[in-house]
Amino acid sequence: MSMAAEQRDVRDDALHGLQLAARLESIWRTPPGLTGALMSVDHKVIGRRYIVTAFTFLVLGGLLAILMRIQLSGAENRLLSPDLYNQVFTMHGSTMMFLFAVPVMEAFAVYLVPLMVGTRNIAFPRLNAFSYWMFLFGGCFLWISFLFNVGPDVGWFAYTPLSSLQFNPSKRADVWAQMITFTEVAALAVAVEIIVTVFKQRAPGMTLDRIPLFVWSMLVTAFLVMFAMPSIMVASTTLILDRLVSTRFYDPSSGGNVLLWQHLFWFFGHPEVYIIFIPATGMVSMILATFARRPVIGYPVIVLSLIATGFLSFGLWVHHMFVTGLPHLAAGLFTASSMLIAVPSGLQIFCWIATLWDGRPVYRTPLLFVLGFIVIFVIGGLSGVMVASVPIDTQVHDTYFVVAHFHYVLIGGAVFPLVGAVYYWFPKICGRMLSERLGRWNFWLAFFGFNIAFFPMHILGLMGMPRRVYTYTLEMGWERLNLLSSVGAVMFALSFAVLLANAIYSLRKGTPANDNPWDASTLEWATASPPPPQNFDRIPIVTHREPLWADGDTLPVVAGLSAERREVLLTSLAEAEPQIREASPEPSIWPLLTAIATTIFFIGSIFTPWAVLWGTPPMAITLIGWFWPTGSKEDEE
Amino acid sequence: MPAWVRSGLLLLVALPLVACTGSQSALDPQALQSEQIRHTFIIFLGVSGIVWSCVIVVLGVGLLRRTRIGQAPLELRLPFEARAGRVILGLGATTTLIVLVLSFVSYAGQRSLFAKDPDALTLKIIGHQWWWEVRYKADSPHNSFTTANEIRIPVGKPVKVELESADVIHSFWVPSLTGKMDLITGQTNEIQFTARNPGIYRGQCAEFCGLQHAHMAFAAIALRPDEFERWREHENQSAVNPTAPLAKQGEELFRGRGCALCHTIRGTLAGGQLGPDLTHIGSRTTIAAGTLPRTPAALGAWIADPQHIKPGNLMPRMPLQSGELIAIIQYLEQLK
Repeated sequence: MSMAAEQRDVRDDALHGLQLAARLESIWRTPPGLTGALMSVDHKVIGRRYIVTAFTFLVLGGLLAILMRIQLSGAENRLLSPDLYNQVFTMHGSTMMFLFAVPVMEAFAVYLVPLMVGTRNIAFPRLNAFSYWMFLFGGCFLWISFLFNVGPDVGWFAYTPLSSLQFNPSKRADVWAQMITFTEVAALAVAVEIIVTVFKQRAPGMTLDRIPLFVWSMLVTAFLVMFAMPSIMVASTTLILDRLVSTRFYDPSSGGNVLLWQHLFWFFGHPEVYIIFIPATGMVSMILATFARRPVIGYPVIVLSLIATGFLSFGLWVHHMFVTGLPHLAAGLFTASSMLIAVPSGLQIFCWIATLWDGRPVYRTPLLFVLGFIVIFVIGGLSGVMVASVPIDTQVHDTYFVVAHFHYVLIGGAVFPLVGAVYYWFPKICGRMLSERLGRWNFWLAFFGFNIAFFPMHILGLMGMPRRVYTYTLEMGWERLNLLSSVGAVMFALSFAVLLANAIYSLRKGTPANDNPWDASTLEWATASPPPPQNFDRIPIVTHREPLWADGDTLPVVAGLSAERREVLLTSLAEAEPQIREASPEPSIWPLLTAIATTIFFIGSIFTPWAVLWGTPPMAITLIGWFWPTGSKEDEE
Repeated sequence: MPAWVRSGLLLLVALPLVACTGSQSALDPQALQSEQIRHTFIIFLGVSGIVWSCVIVVLGVGLLRRTRIGQAPLELRLPFEARAGRVILGLGATTTLIVLVLSFVSYAGQRSLFAKDPDALTLKIIGHQWWWEVRYKADSPHNSFTTANEIRIPVGKPVKVELESADVIHSFWVPSLTGKMDLITGQTNEIQFTARNPGIYRGQCAEFCGLQHAHMAFAAIALRPDEFERWREHENQSAVNPTAPLAKQGEELFRGRGCALCHTIRGTLAGGQLGPDLTHIGSRTTIAAGTLPRTPAALGAWIADPQHIKPGNLMPRMPLQSGELIAIIQYLEQLK
């Protein structure tokens, strides 16, 4: 390096507080204007977009749920035609799973993980931007198709041969399968970013046993995504091939096998549940420590439970197939493995209850949602033990009992912690507190609404009501409980209206939040609310698992990072010892252009195999643009 | 007691009351197998209830305790931490024990549920979008016959049902008799059950199979063995020739207006294969796969506009004058 270059390379230790902050902000900020917004690679900007988009899909999926509940509130209701009803429940499931639950957890991770580990941006920020655009385009593709009456109508699981060309000659099943491809690409991209960020960008001193539990949970989730998603990508791709170019993967008359689809789907589908649930447990651990006013008891137990859950989740997909005529011993073994996953989940719950037992609980809205989570999720977990039993499952499989079970697990286990997380991190993200009064309304409406909506479904299932029926006759005796359930569903929907109103009101009128309004212990609370583009003016050094409780205002910091260009500090995997300074990419329009090219390719390829041919060059061009050397300092050196 | 606990308990108390009235209920077992499943279910329900109550009680006590007032978050009492760790691991071990015991309970239930009797009466059911083809098998072809959307079985004798599908995946489920089993394209599944009491039990397709999944039901009628044998002998015979003039006109219309292209009536020229066999439709309890009762009025409504009652099914609307419609109803009704 020449003398002149060295002089130009101003480091952060040469500057004073405000001077440094202003300088870093000008380096790291997203360019102004619309083009700037489209070029952004700031994980906070993208995370915020991701969160808002995912919640928009939640609202859309929720409206579909209300439509179904109105349809089922009375016997032989004719509000929805069978054709529309089948589209509506397929869209509800697909939207909630692929466009809300998985993305929203990743969205929170995209926003929070870099802050929690004390770095300036996520690893591969442009990939992050690309991921968001793919998610957005995939979601819009699905919903626009639905508005044009080409919404998928084969269930969110799209079992063959119902989804084959013979029984589904329109483009509906293709829309479903290709929406999967979009969201899987997006999810895989985020998984890679999370893993690399956690492994290589942690603040110095954040050894493995000092990683915040939400970050641990997202790390495990990212690995689940990496191993589970390829299975569904194979499934959706082979389905499209069957439909587009007449391959015969799922055609028994030509040696194909329809059960192959179920194996591939559930090998993804079961870990998928944990991809949604594990991040939520991370949120619970974070909220609990703050509001119980002490560290969570059993940190190593919780980390090992997360990892064990991750491994076990790949060994129980067959419990979705107990009535397909499997050999009995095999089915029995999958019963045991399915029940065994109750052990790590149970251990986590014991740790949380012990934390509350010894803590001094502060009953703010986030904690209320965590308590609601424990009450509801334990019911869902126990009904999960029931459906893991082969004999019981032969009765309740594909009935409303299972509908009740997985809503207890997914809403109780993931959405309640998620709403708690919204209340908890809203001040960090938006700089203002959410209203506590509305928060209480929100919680109690959600808690009663949820239980009134879903508890009766257990009974309906035992009374013989199958899933996915658009109507039933009066003689079945299902009407009263269905009506009750529908009333609960409306209450539950209202709770989200309260949340939305609270967010809109508080964004403008909420009490301004300081850096650490809850007196929490993790690094995201060590910076301003909302954080500046560079996250931290100086990268903190971590000396304790609860850094802000241990060091308070005197957090030690690293010196020597560039104050001239985007730079992050890379540290070693286990001990988080500083290794090198690494350039972090500038904003770029290319991820958006690549996403557009990929979208054209994906959508084209459900209509003609030739799209694979003429769709590739634009993608290649945009990728070349993306990776074109820009002559940055690092490249010159 | 908070209101939601009370409402929850109320629902639990009401559960057996509401559930036993229907003829399609897992809580109203009428066969060895469904009784066995209910037995397993009650064990699981009891254990779950105890576990949940314990969790909630401990959580409640934990929240009501007043500790750590004025303590800083990191001022931890080490003896407590160590004891908490031991208790947590102990509870983990207890959980493991409970799930292992439940696994064995489940496996025992599974073994008796799927026990096979080689002397079982065998019938084959083929799923169609959206109705059930039923074939009674016997040693000789003379004793084999086909019917639809209704099975009759003898009480006290094991029945084996072979399950296949002509199109997409369906699932055979009569909750009062036993759990469900899928009808999968390209493979044959089996299910066995032994009815305890005579009665009519409703069954319904449980695997989403397309537009009219909701209207794919059937009746399982358990008869005393002598009644069953009589029914079987009768069912094996061809259709009776109509005698009344109106019914005769109905038979001609049935042939002339295209009905016979899709439906079989044994002993007549009607030999279509696309729709249900109607040889003894007059003695069945329901029509359109359990959608409507088999009454003259319902038959009329169905034939007049099948697409209104079950949109998307294969049966087209035939232009018929009301006199012709009555003749066809008359003809079908006398196919006892």
